[in-house]
Amino acid sequence: MDRTIIAVASGKGGTGKTTVATNLARVAAIQGLEVSYLDCDVEEPNGHIFLKPEIEKTASVCVPVPVVDEDKCTACGKCREICQYSAIALLGKTVLTFPNLCHGCGGCILVCPTGAITETGREVGVVEEGMADGVRFVHGKLRIGEAMSPPLIRKVKERILDHGMAIIDSPPGTSCPVIQSVRGADYVLLVTEPTPFGLNDLKLAVEMLRVLNLPFGVVVNRADMGDEAVFDYCGSESIDVLLRIPDDRRIAEAYSRGRLAAEALPEYREVFASLLKGVVDARL
Amino acid sequence: MRVAVTAREANVESQVDQRFGRARYLIVIDTETGDTEVHDNEVNLNAVQGAGIQTAQNAARLNVEAVLTGHLGPNAFRTLSAAAITAYTGLQGTVGQAIEEFKAGRLNPVDSADVEEHW
Repeated sequence: MDRTIIAVASGKGGTGKTTVATNLARVAAIQGLEVSYLDCDVEEPNGHIFLKPEIEKTASVCVPVPVVDEDKCTACGKCREICQYSAIALLGKTVLTFPNLCHGCGGCILVCPTGAITETGREVGVVEEGMADGVRFVHGKLRIGEAMSPPLIRKVKERILDHGMAIIDSPPGTSCPVIQSVRGADYVLLVTEPTPFGLNDLKLAVEMLRVLNLPFGVVVNRADMGDEAVFDYCGSESIDVLLRIPDDRRIAEAYSRGRLAAEALPEYREVFASLLKGVVDARL
Repeated sequence: MRVAVTAREANVESQVDQRFGRARYLIVIDTETGDTEVHDNEVNLNAVQGAGIQTAQNAARLNVEAVLTGHLGPNAFRTLSAAAITAYTGLQGTVGQAIEEFKAGRLNPVDSADVEEHW
């Protein structure tokens, strides 16, 4: 099995994850590599704006939620005890379920001694797949009002092929959806900016990746603004800075028109190609 | 009648805690005898989710017939209803004042939540 999974993440939002992930996918395709781009930022996926895929397949994603048969229920309370999410309450002999709080783990079904609990599906979103000019494209779209994104992210990641390269566009932050997105990656690129906010959130993301024991490197976006603290931090922590993207107004203009820097600005094709090589080399 | 009031501190001079699910304490008062019990609710103060449901189940375990609080969300309201506990919201001032209002019959029970989920 020969495949490489690269996750693009960041502690802080708005640092340029999608810019980096979509441009990497584009230069990989230009180089003739078999590449998939998977947008795991399912609350606000926007990679499609830049890669412009033709969606060929759409699949609904459901999580199992419990339904209690009151005739079989003995009000023993085991389901309530095992539920870590308060999705089941027991009042006297009445069992209440709260589907919006359910994470779909199925624990209540396992512990019920009388088989009173069965599963029903609750749709959390859809996974769409298509092609974008040589890039295989997959993204998840969370149902509006839905709070439970990790099961949908899991379904997006199930579309990773067992060969070729997969580039994962992660949501920002360091919570469950991010961990679900980066887990299993061969390498993580942390995108940050040289500001106090960027540094603070970079540190959080670094701590998370160290707990997960994943190899990673840093991309500093808008690198010629702000201050030196991000670089000082990376130096003192022996963290590789793989790329500094300049604060180039032309990148922002291309972005605002839904265009990739690697397409609109030929010199950046080389920049992202060198980043791709840097990641592949770092992984070896 | 046993009545629970959400409280920020562990005594009847405390302000009523405006949040039901994440109230710091539940103070249970017997309106006939005046007996007062303080129950710690800190575990729900820091709950990731479902604090209202857990606090409502705590109120049910404490065998109260009514709760007095500031605001109540939909999941907490549903849980209290299943336990046949009457809810009163919009209480201001101290726990002691809330109980006096209740005993004087100046409060009206609510028939729905007064705030959205995750308030």
